[in-house]
Amino acid sequence: MQTKKIINDGNRAVDEMLEGILAAHPRYLKSLDGSPRSIIARDGPRQGKVGLVIGGGSGHEPSFLGFVGKGLADAAAIGNVFASPPPDPILECAKAVSGGAGVLFMYGNYAGDVMNFDMAAEMAAMDEIEVRTVLSTDDVASAPRDQRHKRRGVAGNFFIFKAAGAACDRMLSFDECERIAGKANDHTFTMGVALSPCSLPQTRRPNFEIGPDEMEIGMGIHGEPGTVRGKLKTADEITDEMLDKILDEMAPARGDKVAVLVNSLGSTPLMELYIMNRRVKQRLDDIGVSIHATWVGNYCTSLEMAGASITLHRLDGELQTMLDHPCDCAMFRAG
Amino acid sequence: MTTIDTARLASMFAAIADAMSADRDRLCALDGIIGDADHGIAMELGFSAARDAVAALDTGATNPTTLLNTAAKSFLNAVGASSGPLYATAFMRGAAAVKGKATLDDADAVAMFQAIAKGIQDRGKAEPGEKTMMDAWAPAAQAAGEALASGKGLAGSLEAAVQAAKAGAEATKAMIATKGRASRLGERSLGHMDPGAASAVTVIEAMRVALTD
Repeated sequence: MQTKKIINDGNRAVDEMLEGILAAHPRYLKSLDGSPRSIIARDGPRQGKVGLVIGGGSGHEPSFLGFVGKGLADAAAIGNVFASPPPDPILECAKAVSGGAGVLFMYGNYAGDVMNFDMAAEMAAMDEIEVRTVLSTDDVASAPRDQRHKRRGVAGNFFIFKAAGAACDRMLSFDECERIAGKANDHTFTMGVALSPCSLPQTRRPNFEIGPDEMEIGMGIHGEPGTVRGKLKTADEITDEMLDKILDEMAPARGDKVAVLVNSLGSTPLMELYIMNRRVKQRLDDIGVSIHATWVGNYCTSLEMAGASITLHRLDGELQTMLDHPCDCAMFRAG
Repeated sequence: MTTIDTARLASMFAAIADAMSADRDRLCALDGIIGDADHGIAMELGFSAARDAVAALDTGATNPTTLLNTAAKSFLNAVGASSGPLYATAFMRGAAAVKGKATLDDADAVAMFQAIAKGIQDRGKAEPGEKTMMDAWAPAAQAAGEALASGKGLAGSLEAAVQAAKAGAEATKAMIATKGRASRLGERSLGHMDPGAASAVTVIEAMRVALTD
């Protein structure tokens, strides 16, 4: 049995989606002539500013191109569903947003993305564009804490890209932008839970099997298996289990300040996300951690997967300044 | 002694593309167990693009190096993902290994085959035993070289490569992944064949058929 999808042709899904996005957001986004998978901010890239290129596979919308705009990313390179973009569109993004001050590549830590972005960085160097890379590794479930560099990047990208985008928009030096991006990653922790699978447009088959009464904690945003599979619990129990892991690592002190993201993996509705967020607030209140800002909704999805992730972004003065810096993107506005 | 010309190499990419289309759903299912279920799609897309790009060349006016580089670039730009850089680097190394040749004899073809395997290793930096496509490619390259040195000819060499790749892919079931996306699973990757190793067997088998039958 094929899953139900509103598509025309699985192989054309990404390009047809891009056409629709460009039609909806012409004030914010354009694609490059000759490189339709390179999406560039209308406002933002400018001389003397560090350029910020993000990217990754499709199927995570509004990640990544929804975060392209003034104050955040200058460009996004678009891959096939759940697949890294090849080097060419990444390189074209770098060329289009280079303002002579260097270009930052930021994306989640996946083997394919690393190979393609690194090849693009080598090609950019031949065009006299200096590229530096900051990988996001916020998924607590994906490797032990002493191997943070092996972890995947997931919904925490939202905060990590936001901090870097602000640093770039404030015309900070290449060194500073890189440092702040890395620090934002170090301060960001995500845990996910999946309830039901998604299916790729080309196969229209569930990408993993899970019982009707089961959940899986720690599953990745491409359906990579997680750490614990068990019976579905209540919202409070699930939230506690995820927060316990995050707080154990983040080890916040009373009086610390965080930003919160409760993210849907695709089909889990706002009602359930807000029920989770209620528990997040209770737990953080209990340990005396204050919440500077909260976002609840679809920020890094996995097609129609059911499930959610919780991200905490631990703030200091600098990261709070970056978070509060205004941005204006097709699918996200702040400040 | 076989002589492989550019047209034969073009037919090799057509054969691999057909084999990938036939194998797509099995590879996606394997990848669904320990990865993100898209490996079959990427391999079909990549080899279809390579097939179409080399089919558009005038094989009479193209040398093997140019054909292999064309295949590499089209594979890469159609796919991205992990398999894009890995197979693109593979065919670029294959191209470099036969530079200056108008046609390939048995030794040239085996040298190309070994360079392909080396390219995957260099780009992915995986060693045998880490549960990746190298667990099929590395023993296949070694077996092909040994068979050629023992006087088996191209057909015998590529047959030895197929057998070694199959054994290598089978052996990934008993491995814990330490490279690539499945490495996050730890012991949960045990018992499952690596999809990249499985598709490598399909590629190598299709190369054997196209280059020797």
